[in-house]
Amino acid sequence: MTNSRAEILARILQNQPELSPLPADLVTVTHYDNPIENFKTILSNIGGLAVNVLDYQGIQDYIKTHFPDQRIVSTLAELSAVSEQGWENLDPHSYENVDLAIIRAHFGVAENAALWITEDLMHQRAVPFICQQLAVVINAKDIVETLHDAYVNIADSVYGFGTFIAGPSKTADIEQSLVLGAHGPKGMTVFILD
Amino acid sequence: MTVGLFIPCYIDQFYPNAAIATLTLLKKLGVDVKYPSRQTCCGQPMANSGFEHLTQGCNDLFIDNFAEFDYVVSPSGSCVLHIKDHLHSPKEENKAVDIRKKVYELTEFLTDVLQVEKLDARFPHKVGLHQSCHGQRGLMLAQMTELVKAPFSKPLHLLNMVEGLELITLSRPDECCGFGGTFCVAEEAVSVKMGKDRVADHLNHGAEYITAADMSCLMHLEGILRRQKSNVKVLHIAEILNAQ
Amino acid sequence: MNTAFKDHSELSDLFNKDEARVDWHDETLWFVRAKRDKAAHGIPEWESLREAASQIKNNVLSNLQDYLVEFEENAKKNGVTVHWAADAAEHNQIVHKILKDQGVNRLIKSKSMLTEECHLNEYLKNNGVEVIDTDLGERIVQLAEEPPSHIVLPCIHKKKEEIGDLFHEHLGTPAGMSDPVFLTAAARKHLRETFVTRKAAITGVNFAVAETGEFVVCTNEGNADMGAHLADVHIACMGIEKIIPKRNNLGVFLRLLTRSATGQPITTYSSHFRKPRPGQQMHLILVDNGRTTQLSRPDFRNSLKCIRCAACMNTCPVYRRSGGHSYHTAIAGPIGSILAPNLDMKEYADLPFASTLCGSCSNVCPVKINIHEQLYKWRQVIVKEGYAPAKKAIAMKVMEFTLSSPLIYKNAGKAGRWFMKHAPFTVNNKLNLWYDHREMPEVPKESFGEWYNKNVKND
Repeated sequence: MTNSRAEILARILQNQPELSPLPADLVTVTHYDNPIENFKTILSNIGGLAVNVLDYQGIQDYIKTHFPDQRIVSTLAELSAVSEQGWENLDPHSYENVDLAIIRAHFGVAENAALWITEDLMHQRAVPFICQQLAVVINAKDIVETLHDAYVNIADSVYGFGTFIAGPSKTADIEQSLVLGAHGPKGMTVFILD
Repeated sequence: MTVGLFIPCYIDQFYPNAAIATLTLLKKLGVDVKYPSRQTCCGQPMANSGFEHLTQGCNDLFIDNFAEFDYVVSPSGSCVLHIKDHLHSPKEENKAVDIRKKVYELTEFLTDVLQVEKLDARFPHKVGLHQSCHGQRGLMLAQMTELVKAPFSKPLHLLNMVEGLELITLSRPDECCGFGGTFCVAEEAVSVKMGKDRVADHLNHGAEYITAADMSCLMHLEGILRRQKSNVKVLHIAEILNAQ
Repeated sequence: MNTAFKDHSELSDLFNKDEARVDWHDETLWFVRAKRDKAAHGIPEWESLREAASQIKNNVLSNLQDYLVEFEENAKKNGVTVHWAADAAEHNQIVHKILKDQGVNRLIKSKSMLTEECHLNEYLKNNGVEVIDTDLGERIVQLAEEPPSHIVLPCIHKKKEEIGDLFHEHLGTPAGMSDPVFLTAAARKHLRETFVTRKAAITGVNFAVAETGEFVVCTNEGNADMGAHLADVHIACMGIEKIIPKRNNLGVFLRLLTRSATGQPITTYSSHFRKPRPGQQMHLILVDNGRTTQLSRPDFRNSLKCIRCAACMNTCPVYRRSGGHSYHTAIAGPIGSILAPNLDMKEYADLPFASTLCGSCSNVCPVKINIHEQLYKWRQVIVKEGYAPAKKAIAMKVMEFTLSSPLIYKNAGKAGRWFMKHAPFTVNNKLNLWYDHREMPEVPKESFGEWYNKNVKND
């Protein structure tokens, strides 16, 4: 194994071409007059649902109406009234029958309706994937325009795991027919806090 | 300015009218054009088949025939592209470099060098324009649908000067016809299928004539049209630009 | 499917026997190309993005050794075990050893074309390890015992009725059921069981960041994440060329990748793996398998810029009408045709010729690989190395002879036309492949050269 490493690196050094410089950072022309509206439009196109709310009470009311009698877990203390208590440190396999997981994201991206979520916002990495439905809370002011802006925000932050999530899980593998809910959540709701 | 007329081998042998139209058109536009009679072929069929190393004879003959002219003009995008990309000569590299700079396909010569703004031509028919790949993507005769760039088209610019001509739109404006040189027989099944699909696109949109800047594409499409006993005909763009 | 002795032309011939099916395959993939166009046209700076991606990847290839060392150092600091595999065999052995050491004999795998290239599934199966592919398309071809035909849409060649039949046989769905929603739900149920029970998961790697030691895995289904976050062992397999220098380069690549592949703005999940979960083992295998050889070829090395989006396949008129299996290699289409000859020039000598050199592929490539130019150059190499069919070499010599002399050319042309006119059966027969489905051109009464001599006064 050590031999292969040395061999491969030696061959690379021998074969790689003359140094070609990295380009300067790209200046994006893409611009959205209303990033929030763009985010919501794209989210809808990709099978997600955007819900404007004034505060956490609004989220609670929405949950009570739309997800009655379901197993709900949340990483947000503000939603303890509508979610399970003491769920955090169980074996991730036990989340298999979670109907709805509600977490928050650092920010959203207008160009593709993606949400940046790191593991500290998930409690356990499996949570946003294993649930049947996912709900994510963001602040309206935390929607940036493009992925370049996103990576400026992310900068050199340290995380063990982070992900962009854009809408519910999906596949078009069967004759290009789009189906929601392949393996991850079948639906995604994004609560946009004013 | 002197122009040497470069006529692809298959136009010389099978479609002389396209060459005659090219010659006539250039003369009408006041160009001093001659056809060097010792020309044969640009060598592309061999080069594209992997035998570029056998093309020196063609290259030498080409340089011999065309070095003296101010411009070399040809009614073939793919042949011109081949010369532009691959004309070399260990003995006369300067002349080769010079020719590569001054060789033009017909429509780009008309738009870029002669800067033609009107034509005395009339062709009151429905015409489908086939975008030959090498001319379009290689010589930049027209914008490509894959790119996010401003549209333009040199052949179209010229066709718009022809009185009465009605251009049809296509579902796939720049899909390859499937000729591809020796590909047309080496991969016969796919080649024919590609040709049939192109023909169907034109027919579905009501074309009476299919035109292009490359006779090789048209030869392939014509072969399919005639096998289908279709009334639709192919015409090299020079013939339409020269039509009365 | 035994394709060992059939080349692209023969396989395409078979594929084209069912014209309606070819139409269906062609239109389905053209639809994906059209979606890509729509997405690209929505980004005004699309061409600048491509240029940036191209330059970043050029930089990567020119500094690959340093980036790999930097990546390995950072990954190790993060708790990832890094392995190096010189070839496919070594890669497979490393995977197997990791599994054996953990006492694992069944695992799940999300999409990794690298593992296809290495024939990992077959190797593991022969060594008593069960692998279940969790990407829906891959699971389908796995049940069908076929390789994937497209690197992003593995079963694009299969109709929903055929998939329905497969699921009926293997998953117990009702006979005749072919509704995609129903079938997907059945697959979800079937694969969910594997996610919660398997202790080891293999994923691919879309991008590996040298600066931080993290790697990114993009899926629409969420299967890579479902596998990795529930497994005790996560093995990530990547080609050495998948490195990018900095984390913020992902802004460029993630904007290009999915738009080029399917026309979506981004995949549902773009997961950045940096450290294993507490209690989990994370392994990353860096694989050469011919890449350093390709790196030594000045004309072909930038094929290593590929980010495996398959835009070139979707736009290729030949791929759409011959299907991925006609290329008899893990990665098909235009990019496959410039990668494969590097691995085995004899076996893949046919691929660079499976093209009209139309150039559409190079235009859609998000990292600006000059695919069509490399196809031309591979043809020269293959002929020089002696892998062109003998008949062709002879025909080309005849052509050279004829075309180098004006006199011989004129006489040959005249003779050819004479035969076509007066003895058409000598030309219009089964030996003439053109004539199978096309009429020969009509014979004019004289060539242009002859006309010119007669009609144009010499000045």
